[in-house]
Amino acid sequence: MPNRSQIQTRAAMMRVRFEAAGAQVVDTPLLQPAETLLDLYGEDIRARAYVTSDALRGEQMLRPDFTLPVVQMHMHEGAEPARYTYSGEVFRRQEQDPDRPNAYIQVGYEVFDRDNPAGADAEVFSLIALQLRGLPLRAATGDIGILTAAVAGLKTTDRRKAALMRHLWRPRRFRVLLDRFAGRKPAPEGRDALLDATDPLAIDAPMIGKRRLAEIAERIDALREDRAAPPISDTELVGLETLLNVRETMPFALEQLRDVAVDLPQIAPALDRLEARIAALQARGVDVATLDFEAAYGRTSMEYYDGFVFGFYAEGRPDLPPVATGGRYDALTRQLGDGAEIPAVGGVIRPDLMLEIEEATQ
Amino acid sequence: MSLKLGVPSKGRLMDKTFAWFEKRGITLSRSGSDREYAGKVEDVDGVSLILLSAGEMPRELAAGRIHLGVTGIDLVQEKLPRWEQQVEAIAPLGFGKADLIIATPACWVDVDTLDDLDAAAAVFRKTHGHRMRIATKYHRLVREFLTDAGVADYTLVDSQGATEGTVVNESAEAIADITSTGETLRANHLKILSDGLILQSQATLWRSRVAKCDPAEKAVLNELLDRLG
Repeated sequence: MPNRSQIQTRAAMMRVRFEAAGAQVVDTPLLQPAETLLDLYGEDIRARAYVTSDALRGEQMLRPDFTLPVVQMHMHEGAEPARYTYSGEVFRRQEQDPDRPNAYIQVGYEVFDRDNPAGADAEVFSLIALQLRGLPLRAATGDIGILTAAVAGLKTTDRRKAALMRHLWRPRRFRVLLDRFAGRKPAPEGRDALLDATDPLAIDAPMIGKRRLAEIAERIDALREDRAAPPISDTELVGLETLLNVRETMPFALEQLRDVAVDLPQIAPALDRLEARIAALQARGVDVATLDFEAAYGRTSMEYYDGFVFGFYAEGRPDLPPVATGGRYDALTRQLGDGAEIPAVGGVIRPDLMLEIEEATQ
Repeated sequence: MSLKLGVPSKGRLMDKTFAWFEKRGITLSRSGSDREYAGKVEDVDGVSLILLSAGEMPRELAAGRIHLGVTGIDLVQEKLPRWEQQVEAIAPLGFGKADLIIATPACWVDVDTLDDLDAAAAVFRKTHGHRMRIATKYHRLVREFLTDAGVADYTLVDSQGATEGTVVNESAEAIADITSTGETLRANHLKILSDGLILQSQATLWRSRVAKCDPAEKAVLNELLDRLG
């Protein structure tokens, strides 16, 4: 196994290369306010991050990644356009697998640039690929933006679309919602009786808690509206299912997705962006003809990415986490920007895993 | 050295545990006064009785400081990550039965399922500016259950007792707690979600998979398990 100083040497070397590519070196505090992370990830983050607290600042988390603090820093004081690099430890709580480290070094590269998103996507991907050159890795790519465009353009109510969008990252719940909105799953028992009642708010229990009667009334209205709305059509449903199953090398994936766009024309602009990205990757010398593209890639693990996503995996080592991951997170800059926003894309590499794979192949 | 058997140190859980062993021909008793946490085991040689709070039992079993212990399934699964690797369930004892459930105010007529809870949580967060709070002491079990069900926009708040009262006091919007008859829930105007059963628990005799046994202890353990089985 690689030792600490080998890992740090490798990390420093990679950071220098990112600097040479035009990035400014940044560092972020180890302790992050828990509230921001909880707002972003929800309660799930508690299972993955170490939480500590004091009486003055309340709950703090040991940084589980760099992206969030780097975005905050940039939105606060950064000039445009900007390229950043960093290397340092991130901390992940482990409850299941004793072989996974709870602290490891990440080296990252992030681009905040309005001009040429396809070019920035290709820049991040190819710089990371360059750092990993020679290792037996398989790259996977995807694009969350195609799925969001598909959902946003469904011919159904805004409420349904918002509900689907909210659960894009949770495939099981997404599936349940989709089945319900397509009329494939019956409403819970007693629901019709409630919605048919002349006065559903004649409640046989005292009103307690912070959720008021008006909020219950509002939801009953929403449920009534939903019951009256026509189901999502079979054409759209089949389109979504076909889209999620696309798994091909990049050029063929694009071709298949263009077929899907016959039923889901709303994805056409996202496909144009994919096409531009393929061209930009090719211009940077990436062999796109052999590069995998999965439409559902990144849906379960990469919750703040909303466009291009990618990961590099060790061939024949399914036990190892990805050696590098990254993607586009325009929406995150909006969320943390207090009204400001900027297109952003970035990725991180784990030098410890690189060294481990190198040792194993020698 | 002797084989160490951990038993709840007070209340009905202790009495019923003593009765369960008695029925199988093994007499457990507290020595000295009611306030002294020491006890003895009759009818089997080489076993010492350790009186402990039921909440500490999982940790003691996982640390291998006791070989056998009686405590609830809820406490073992909440407190021990990968509990199957650390302890083995020997026998359910048939008492201390309780369900870990999610309950909301009974007046939430629009909320019957986890699906409803999730939808209500999304709107609640927009309306009130904070995530829907669920009061519990079973943080891990509840979080895993809700993650698995794909519920978002909630936050767990710690409640070590009188959890049913947190909703009236507006320090939480819903609760996740154990209930046996549901009476306390009803008295506090709460109802259980139709798919809100997280875990069915009861008092159980556990064997530590990590506690070291010398040959003498091993022989005593086998004899004891024989008589209990």
